[in-house]
Amino acid sequence: MIEQKHTIIEIEVADLLKKTEEYHKAGHRLVQIGTTPLGDRYEINYTFTTAWDFESLRITVHDGDEIPSISGIYWGAFIYENEIHDLFGITVNGMSIDFQGHLIETRIPTPFKNPPKITKVPKGGDA
Amino acid sequence: MSNRIVVPFGPQHPVLPEPIHLDLVLEDERVVEAIPTIGYVHRGLEKLVEKRDFKNYVLIAERICGICSFTHSVTYCNAIEHIMDIEVPPRAQFIRTIWMEYSRMHSHLLWLGLAADAMGFENLFMNAWRLREEILDDMEATTGGRVIQGTCKVGGIRRDIGDDKLGEMVDHLKKIRPLLEESNRIFTHDQTVRHRMRGLSVLSEKDAWDLGAVGPTARGSGCDMDVRSSGYSAYGELGFKPVTFSHGDCLDRCLVRSEEVLASVDLVGRAVAKMPDGPIEEKVTGNPEGEYFAFSEQPRGECLHYVRANGKKNIVRHRVRTPTFTNVPPLVKLLEGIELADVPVVVLTIDPCIGCCDR
Amino acid sequence: MAKRALVNVTGKPATLMYPTTPAKQYDVSRGHIIIAIEDCIYCGNCQRHCVAQAITVDREARTWEIDRMRCVICGVCAEVCPKDCIFIEPDYPPSTVGSSVEFVQGPPAPPKEEKKPTAEE
Repeated sequence: MIEQKHTIIEIEVADLLKKTEEYHKAGHRLVQIGTTPLGDRYEINYTFTTAWDFESLRITVHDGDEIPSISGIYWGAFIYENEIHDLFGITVNGMSIDFQGHLIETRIPTPFKNPPKITKVPKGGDA
Repeated sequence: MSNRIVVPFGPQHPVLPEPIHLDLVLEDERVVEAIPTIGYVHRGLEKLVEKRDFKNYVLIAERICGICSFTHSVTYCNAIEHIMDIEVPPRAQFIRTIWMEYSRMHSHLLWLGLAADAMGFENLFMNAWRLREEILDDMEATTGGRVIQGTCKVGGIRRDIGDDKLGEMVDHLKKIRPLLEESNRIFTHDQTVRHRMRGLSVLSEKDAWDLGAVGPTARGSGCDMDVRSSGYSAYGELGFKPVTFSHGDCLDRCLVRSEEVLASVDLVGRAVAKMPDGPIEEKVTGNPEGEYFAFSEQPRGECLHYVRANGKKNIVRHRVRTPTFTNVPPLVKLLEGIELADVPVVVLTIDPCIGCCDR
Repeated sequence: MAKRALVNVTGKPATLMYPTTPAKQYDVSRGHIIIAIEDCIYCGNCQRHCVAQAITVDREARTWEIDRMRCVICGVCAEVCPKDCIFIEPDYPPSTVGSSVEFVQGPPAPPKEEKKPTAEE
């Protein structure tokens, strides 16, 4: 089994567009945009490569945040961003083709979202 | 003055093998815009990680798709083995590679039959599927299932193949190789096939790279992109070269797949010649902790599995990025400017596998 | 293509008349799951590991049932059974209409051995 190298770089949401533009100029292609729900926050990985060494930009967002779309730079990113919106409920601004939530239609809206926090109240109440 | 009409294509259509929906905006028989809709087969398989042990989850990862099922299980196992630092024995790597190549051969022969059917060439469709039956017989004799194999597990494989059976498989492939070459000749030189597919929907090399095309869709345009050159599993020891063509039209995407079937036959022969002896599995103890991206070459392109685990029996996240999901933006670009009667042929040349796309 | 067409017309058909002729099977084909209920100890291991949640085991009533429509014949239950009493047979199960739950009642428990009388009387 050979080592498939990948490096993960943590950045802020504000730097996302600038760094994506740098990768585009250097000739990288977009591999994937993936989201991990971790209970209280979400981590979104943007992966780029030229050959088989991956480099990923990672941003951390919470419920109700808005992130800019990179489909102005990579036109094919609209399908990943619509999936993030449909399954996780994170708003993405400025997609090149916006399906308004109809790309993947499920019976429960945003099925992969973090479950809301439950606070346990003792029996009998406060009275 | 021309007016535009919208024709819905799919999800159920006699010539469409997979449930994808396209809204085609037409102006006098020419397609101006195409808007895809997916999600008809969405089963939410990635959410089942919360309920199933990571060792039993291999069997769910395998059932994401019916045609490329073995490669999904191998990629998931590669990710878990890398996180847990397990060294898979060499014999298991070679046998996994042989099953992956058989998987690729049967998938490409299935697609060649469907492409011939989309053009109306029923005789060639049945011919390709009859050759596919020979491949499936060998798969069933060694693994137990024709399309879902169920023989890969974390740490190795569940079932061994005896050396005499391996010799029989190579002899069987040698016997059908002339028939495969004859089928390849028909696709390259037949007049009907050339008339329907040559010059249709050209995708330039720069567009293929920018829009994220992978697999034979990109290799037909001249991009030298094949994950097997990076040498995962046993490919590093088998000496592999990708197959590329340069025109970028539908016929070249078809010929890439046709040539890859013959290349796979050679790979299986080389793997059996170099097969090492030894155990077929490694014991697994404990739980995984960490994250990893594992990728591999499916019949339709490059597939990525992202696994993240935190030390418990259930892993936290399993994200699958399948090749058809990333081939949909190039499809939208390819459909602009062609006539309505050519739409099924173009949709089929990206080899849609919507089971993979929707998970 | 003309040569191929001639060979096809004069040769025999490539398809089988299934179900009149039985389907092609090999020794390792995965058809359906059966259990040898005499050896079963009702531990519930197969129920816990079943990928499709198709098996239900009742320890007190000593029964074992499987939903044939949910079973995907993966073989995990055969691997984790501590008494090796689950087997995979190569024949396909027949088609059914309606419910497909198969219910197996095990034999009653063997009588417990009599405790040895204590030394003091």
